[in-house]
Amino acid sequence: MEIKQYPVLGMNDTRSGFGDGLFEIGTQNEQVVALCADLTDSLKMGKFKEAFPNRFYNTGVAEANMIGVAAGLTIGGKIPYTGTFANFSTGRVYDQIRQSVAYSGKAVKICASHAGLTLGEDGATHQILEDIGMMKMLPGMKVIVPCDYMQTKMATIAIAGINSAVYLRFGRPKVPIFTTANQEFTIGKAQILQTGADVTIIACGHLVWKSLEAAEILAQKGIRAEVINMHTIKPLDEAAVLQSVSKTRCVVTAEEHEQNGGLGDSIAQVLCRNFPAPLEMIAVKDKFGESGTPEELMVKYGLDTANIVDSAHKVMARKAG
Amino acid sequence: MLSVTELQELATQIRRDIVRMTNAAASGHPGGSLGCADFLSALFFNVLHIQPQPFYMDGVGEDLFFLSNGHITPVYYSVLARRGYFPVSELSTFRKIGSRLQGHPATKEGLPGVRIASGSLGQGLSVAAGAALSKKLNTDLRLVFSLHGDGELQEGQIWEAAMFAAHHKIDNLIATVDWNGQQIDGPTEKVMSLANLPDKWRAFGWEVLLMNGHNTHEILATLQYAKQRCGNGKPIVILMKTEMGKGVDFMEGTHKWHGVAPNNEQLAKALAQLPETKWGDY
Repeated sequence: MEIKQYPVLGMNDTRSGFGDGLFEIGTQNEQVVALCADLTDSLKMGKFKEAFPNRFYNTGVAEANMIGVAAGLTIGGKIPYTGTFANFSTGRVYDQIRQSVAYSGKAVKICASHAGLTLGEDGATHQILEDIGMMKMLPGMKVIVPCDYMQTKMATIAIAGINSAVYLRFGRPKVPIFTTANQEFTIGKAQILQTGADVTIIACGHLVWKSLEAAEILAQKGIRAEVINMHTIKPLDEAAVLQSVSKTRCVVTAEEHEQNGGLGDSIAQVLCRNFPAPLEMIAVKDKFGESGTPEELMVKYGLDTANIVDSAHKVMARKAG
Repeated sequence: MLSVTELQELATQIRRDIVRMTNAAASGHPGGSLGCADFLSALFFNVLHIQPQPFYMDGVGEDLFFLSNGHITPVYYSVLARRGYFPVSELSTFRKIGSRLQGHPATKEGLPGVRIASGSLGQGLSVAAGAALSKKLNTDLRLVFSLHGDGELQEGQIWEAAMFAAHHKIDNLIATVDWNGQQIDGPTEKVMSLANLPDKWRAFGWEVLLMNGHNTHEILATLQYAKQRCGNGKPIVILMKTEMGKGVDFMEGTHKWHGVAPNNEQLAKALAQLPETKWGDY
């Protein structure tokens, strides 16, 4: 069975997409300013810092202040991007984001690296798996989880153009680049990477590539999977979900996040309200992570290609009729 | 510009507003509000370069003010209304459903004069520092002012912001602390000692000024001096000695009226101490 091929164009980390995108939007728009809490190299913000030293602020290890300063910078027309690890971008500063950013209607771009298990060896203190849930609960907050280097770069550039607070989540390890600069990337619009009528796989972030790998394995068994890259979790492209599920009548979701509050949870709500269908969620199930290599952790916690394939079989078996 | 006598009369009117608003809402925070009436009336009427209408969120070319101790909305709203940001009659909607005058300041309802939500304490100094940086980037020579409670200084974020503002030489920022020595649970020295506050701020790299927050002459002179000191490479903090509940004898000097509204009998007793003014009640 023929399916669309996505050649690996290279390997790079999504955080580099953020760093390169930040530099590019900084070149295009002098209202863009950047703040970092002592993780400039980890966030790949060095290029922006070197090029625009007057628009870059290191807050030191003080994330709460960073969020507040960013909110203040919007008053006067600046477009602030904050950068630190996802853990310190969300849970540590939830109240600052809630009051000074979201409730105050300030268009701060909260850019978060090293999200999820693939942070690896540093262990669970740093491997936040609850951040998508926290951010998507905030009224008006947009939540974006791009899939590779190129898409992260494009998302970083795109968010400058929307007058809204944004949570942009990306990661640490080098992963395949399979999207191109010519892709159509629109905030809030899902990308259909494979079309198929047997099962829908909806993924975000690092799990999108694994979902494409799963679709290939399924195709070898004659199963046509529709693979949707749901890079924007909020606002969710409900139409794309329903259009696909009305055809396939079963769904697998895949994400590097806690099951409660993540992408799968959002998809479940859409299905329950509109089109109840069998659903399996590839996600971490009420657990903290641990130290290990990214690859070991993704397998141990079931966030891998084999589990996506198995889950596809499960939901297909549960389809009515 | 008002004369000192006029400012004092205005502060009396604002105090009348505070006790009437909290009584009508049967909730709110009269204590800290009464204590800041002299300062905020002098600041808004004689010091800040502002344009109340039309209100622009970005405030380019204007001085900006951020209230960090958001619970003192009664005095904040009264001053904003009396300064012309919105109709004085709207003060009667304070804390009522559908009102723009939320229990704590908010931007969502579009109340002119409010640029950031506050209430969860400790966040306003960071916001003020960010707005001050924005002014520097815009080569806007106007200044940024903020007000904080002394109990609020127990929040760690205040000291993150204090470090940040000094490190980045944010010298277009004048923060004021309402140093009334009281917080909800009692005197600050009993709840959580602030120790040597002037030395703390100096150690963080700030220029420290002291002021009696109930002496209008001194308030005007100190604010004028603080403005002159801007541009010298250091942020400025004014430690303002005040009395919680100032102007209503049974509310003065105690934490008990921090977040308690006067009933009708207490309101009458309070208003009897605050003569009517030419400004008129809302």
